[in-house]
Amino acid sequence: MNIQVRKFYYGDIPEEKTGGNITATEKATNEKAWPLWEIFIRSSRGLDHKHAGSLHAADAAMAIENARDVYTRRQEGVSIWVVESKDIHASDPGDAESLYEPAADKIYRHPTFYDLPDEVKHM
Amino acid sequence: MQTAHPKNQSAKHLVDYVLHLADTTHILSQRNAEWCAHGPILEQDIAITNISLDLLGQSRNFYQYAASLVNTQENAHVTEDSLAYMRDEREYKNLLLTELPRGDWAQTILRQFLFSVFQQLQYEQLSQSSDEQLAAIAAKSLKEITYHIRWSSEWVLRLGDGTAESHTRMKNAVSALWEYTGECFMPASFENHCMKQGIAPDISLLQQKWFDKVGELFEEATLALPPATYMQSGGKEGIHTEHLGFMLAEMQTLQRSFPGAEW
Repeated sequence: MNIQVRKFYYGDIPEEKTGGNITATEKATNEKAWPLWEIFIRSSRGLDHKHAGSLHAADAAMAIENARDVYTRRQEGVSIWVVESKDIHASDPGDAESLYEPAADKIYRHPTFYDLPDEVKHM
Repeated sequence: MQTAHPKNQSAKHLVDYVLHLADTTHILSQRNAEWCAHGPILEQDIAITNISLDLLGQSRNFYQYAASLVNTQENAHVTEDSLAYMRDEREYKNLLLTELPRGDWAQTILRQFLFSVFQQLQYEQLSQSSDEQLAAIAAKSLKEITYHIRWSSEWVLRLGDGTAESHTRMKNAVSALWEYTGECFMPASFENHCMKQGIAPDISLLQQKWFDKVGELFEEATLALPPATYMQSGGKEGIHTEHLGFMLAEMQTLQRSFPGAEW
């Protein structure tokens, strides 16, 4: 079985290729390849699942078992989420300028311009 | 090297029993480790070598315990390494099932499933043993075994109820391995002695439960349970298949050529 690993980094998944999905030309030679899954692990001290990496599996159940063996061998986590890579839609890195730079000079959006009365606790 | 035999007979039986548990897990660990860098896909390569390391950890616990028993009774100087690497084929007491060649992926995962189901039943009882050390090792190992069953069950199901090719391979694996499963439930003489003292579980009582569990998954995987047949035995008493000698030769050559060699 000819398995071609195409790895897209988080945020760089080209929309036209819908993540781990293989393109038409690759598909002819890779008919039997398993789809790619993105793995999210929650550590014992965290509340959120963090992206750990990706792996191949035939379906969700196998993806979770593979993730257990590949990404939690050193006690990294207590919970696993898996999402098929093609189901992740990402912003285009080419749009970064228009998407994120306008926020750069709007410092008043940070809540640092208010004087808090001493009586207000836990802020 | 001849294993030093404790003078006390019942102590000798205990050592033999601990070595049987150690050898069984050790040999299966080695067989699974043969997949390292040869797994069908990276993720499964890691999975099977993880299981191999679990089994190696279990066998180390047993070997260390056996070494401490021998050393206190005999004033000898055996270690976990000398027990693993300096004993001959006839001294090895592993189940025959574990020494068979790894075969294809179907045979490897089916062997793991058949063995893990037995091991779980055995260790559940062993965790109640009157021997505290064995009880503790068994209790610790059970969590690992639960995952081995979960993982191998998935594969038996996928291949058994998969394509025509995978189904055929599973069927071949069943017929290759089946005659070696009966030995799990035949107590050896040392085992019988340990049973009387409440150290070892009566494994002959576990066979029906094992059939039920295996049969349940086989049915789901569209595999037929083979009819009752002649069962091979002898591994526990040191009478092995032709495969173990080659395996030990490869495994032990370094320690035998350079005794005491370390990393």
